[in-house]
Amino acid sequence: MNTQGRKTTPDVESAAATDVGTYTGNRALVHEEPLIFELDNPGVTGVDLEAVPAVASRLGGLKAREGVGLPGLSEPTVVRHYTRLSQKNLGIDSTMYPLGSCTMKHNPRLNEKLARLPGFGDIHPMQPQSTVQGALELIDQLAHWLKTLTGMPAVAMSPAAGAHGELCGLMAIRAALQARGEAGRTRVLVPESAHGTNPATAAFCGFTVDAIPAEANGRVSVEAVKAKLGPDVACIMLTNPNTCGLFEPQVKEIADAVHAAGGYFYCDGANYNAIVGRVRPADLGVDAMHINLHKTFSTPHGGGGPGSGPVVLSDALAPYAPLPYVVHGADGFRLVEHEGEVEQGAQPFGRLKAFHGQMGMFVRALAYIMSHGADGLRQASSDAVLNANYLKARLQDLMSVPFDGYCMHEALFDDRFLKDTGVTTLDFAKAMIDEGFHPMTMYFPLVVHGAFLIEPTETESKATLDQFVGAMRHLAGKAKAGDAAHFLAAPRYTPRRRLDETAAARKPVLRWTPPAA
Amino acid sequence: MRYLPLTEADRQEMLAAIGAPSVDALFGDVPAAAHLTQPIAGLAPHQGELQVERALSRLAARNVPAGSCPSFLGAGAYRHHVPASVDQLLTRGEFLTSYTPYQPEVTQGTLQYLFEFQTQVALITGMDVANASMYDGATACAEAVLMANRVTRRNRAVLSGGLHPHYRDVTATTTGVLGVDLVTLPADPKGIEDLAAAIDDKTSCVVVQNPTLFGHVADLTPLAEACHAKGALLVVVVTEVVSLGMMPSPGSMGADIVVAEGQSIGNGLNFGGPYLGLFATRDKFVRQMPGRLCGETVDADGRRGFVLTLSTREQHIRREKATSNICTNSGLCALAFTMHLSLLGELGFTGLARLNHAKAVQLADKLAAAGVTVLNQGFFNEFTVQVKGDAAALVDTLAAELILAGVPISRLHPGQVALADLLLVAVTETTTEDDMDALVQALGGKQ
Repeated sequence: MNTQGRKTTPDVESAAATDVGTYTGNRALVHEEPLIFELDNPGVTGVDLEAVPAVASRLGGLKAREGVGLPGLSEPTVVRHYTRLSQKNLGIDSTMYPLGSCTMKHNPRLNEKLARLPGFGDIHPMQPQSTVQGALELIDQLAHWLKTLTGMPAVAMSPAAGAHGELCGLMAIRAALQARGEAGRTRVLVPESAHGTNPATAAFCGFTVDAIPAEANGRVSVEAVKAKLGPDVACIMLTNPNTCGLFEPQVKEIADAVHAAGGYFYCDGANYNAIVGRVRPADLGVDAMHINLHKTFSTPHGGGGPGSGPVVLSDALAPYAPLPYVVHGADGFRLVEHEGEVEQGAQPFGRLKAFHGQMGMFVRALAYIMSHGADGLRQASSDAVLNANYLKARLQDLMSVPFDGYCMHEALFDDRFLKDTGVTTLDFAKAMIDEGFHPMTMYFPLVVHGAFLIEPTETESKATLDQFVGAMRHLAGKAKAGDAAHFLAAPRYTPRRRLDETAAARKPVLRWTPPAA
Repeated sequence: MRYLPLTEADRQEMLAAIGAPSVDALFGDVPAAAHLTQPIAGLAPHQGELQVERALSRLAARNVPAGSCPSFLGAGAYRHHVPASVDQLLTRGEFLTSYTPYQPEVTQGTLQYLFEFQTQVALITGMDVANASMYDGATACAEAVLMANRVTRRNRAVLSGGLHPHYRDVTATTTGVLGVDLVTLPADPKGIEDLAAAIDDKTSCVVVQNPTLFGHVADLTPLAEACHAKGALLVVVVTEVVSLGMMPSPGSMGADIVVAEGQSIGNGLNFGGPYLGLFATRDKFVRQMPGRLCGETVDADGRRGFVLTLSTREQHIRREKATSNICTNSGLCALAFTMHLSLLGELGFTGLARLNHAKAVQLADKLAAAGVTVLNQGFFNEFTVQVKGDAAALVDTLAAELILAGVPISRLHPGQVALADLLLVAVTETTTEDDMDALVQALGGKQ
């Protein structure tokens, strides 16, 4: 190599220099990036539009708007802006992202490619149905997989996310109760370990919420449920596997008791990914369960959506599924969009969303499902559970485990191991960031003090898990050794250090405003 | 299986570390009767990338992409040109494969674009504040009614007959279970209705779409005054956000809540989803808003940063007392929106709106010249025409000739004989002169 006389080894002494700051505030690969409004160069635009035809406007007498206040940016500026913003984010692509109950597994890029085929991405929801037969067939195929995997006879495809699916399920239950002349059933049983969307959805649907306490073993007991049952109970909303990462061993007895009391069993399927191909929810007595396609079937989480939350339904609830839905007609597939078009016996409770559901997510989920197949899906849930148990086994001597025994797809720890260390779950999470991991879900479920809910998913290798275990053991050891300062100062290596959330809420600044002239 | 990194040797080693005899043993809490020992029968086994791509491409090929032929479909979903850089940036893994920014130190990218998004939405709607997105325009509409009820402590909402029927139905379904009294005015294709007369002292809000489903545009200022005189809020629905580049902003006309479908900016048609709901309001109502909000703050070193804020409104804190049950929203669609709108900027956004409007005027004139009746006096990029005979049948016939002529009103308002011959026609910057001529010939010729 011709080095032209340049030194090719670093000067160790000067390389040890401390942080001296930079003129720009940038730190090499991480840039200080202004807001788009601060990059405004009036008169510049990032698009070239054809000339506007010279016609008189016909806005019904309205005066055309002048001055929206948007900034002017060129395409290179925009590309650089968002590239720099992306570099301030962690994703599954960057690192292990064990955010419990969120199922941050690998997002295959094949699925992105297929969702962008013009035949899926560029079809209008109101096209004549003869021109979208492939799309309707795709919805039907995905529905077939979801029904067969869960053993349930029907599925409502339109809900836009998990919480929207909960709403769908509860509305179907409400409609079924009304049809039975039992609209007086207004109480919904929700274990206190439930995700916040469960009680919020029940209230959003006009029900009252009655909490079921968790047992000391992290499960819900059939006795506790029976003690709450009565003629005014509409349903139970039970997450299984539950939010503690445990399978509810009495789930069938609970379902039977609820049914015997005239109620329905809504299963929160947020954790269905642990049991796909190993357990069919129908065999557990489930009447309705949403499936988060963005969790179990790996459609990208996209910084907070879009999700998709189809709801599988039992025979008792199937007639009340919302509009629209796809049926097999004599000459192909048909969308049933209106009450006047429904078949005998169907009594849709209404409509939850404009158009027909999250088609873009359906394509991705079906591609994921077909890639795995029945065998691969079962292997995926098996590996997810194996990975979580491996983490639990490797960490339980140093961290504190609230519930003994095997877990499902996520390992739950509490903060007893941090007692008297001066380190909280939050501090620990921030130190994990410096180790290069996205933290686990913290302080949820609420039934465990200072919860660490760690969901590795099946797409992490043993080597990654071992590195994660090493980092966690290192940090647990540091905390126990009294090095609280290490945690309180964390994270150190992120684009921003800890942010003041209290100040943000006290005096909310929710948008940019031009600086006073 | 290409997505599963564990080898059989890994699995055995891990089981040994766990002290479990088998993976089956880990599922010991599953009732034996429900624990399947074999893959579920009747479902295909795993397939390679090539095979999956082949199978799904075959399904895709059985659909007619709107961009492959003259298309005039609108009614709440619009085919606009999305710059190539939007999708290229969107698929960066740091955006695509991240989640809700619960840990702000590792999600400043997401939080900053949400802050910028909220600002852009506030600017185009002419409102003070916007949230970080809802599922779609229709669900945002339902949430707006519930919010208006909370703000006014009233329980009666008036819906314009010009409201998109899906929005009307989603609102009815969502608020119906809570016993909200909805007054829905009949759909008048000429856009004549007296909303002000429907307001009484129990009315929490009036929900009006502008432009309406039929494409009519209106100055909402008098309606806002009528609402406010009775202590009610004005909720303005916008299904075509490009219109905000030319139409007076809802905020300037007195809106209290603006909800919109944001699909037109940055997002493809995708057969109706995923889309994104925009939700904007006045500062004084911010604590009654549904959904996530991103706010500005400082970090431990005093540097500007962003966090999710005011979360005491939300389900994960407030549970059954939350303002909404929404959790996952439309993050990535919001990113597409904000990137496209950044590219457009002031010149592009206002220019795009004028281009859409001018082309729509051109088509309306061409159709009128060919003897087709256009119902609208004023419109933005979509209007209603009267055809001879059944509009749905005509649309089906033309689809066979690869012309997507528009949305028959009967697809959205079925069973109303008076509306059966009405066709909703939308024009965007993607519409060419040839497209227009094809439609004029088709409709003129069929008259």
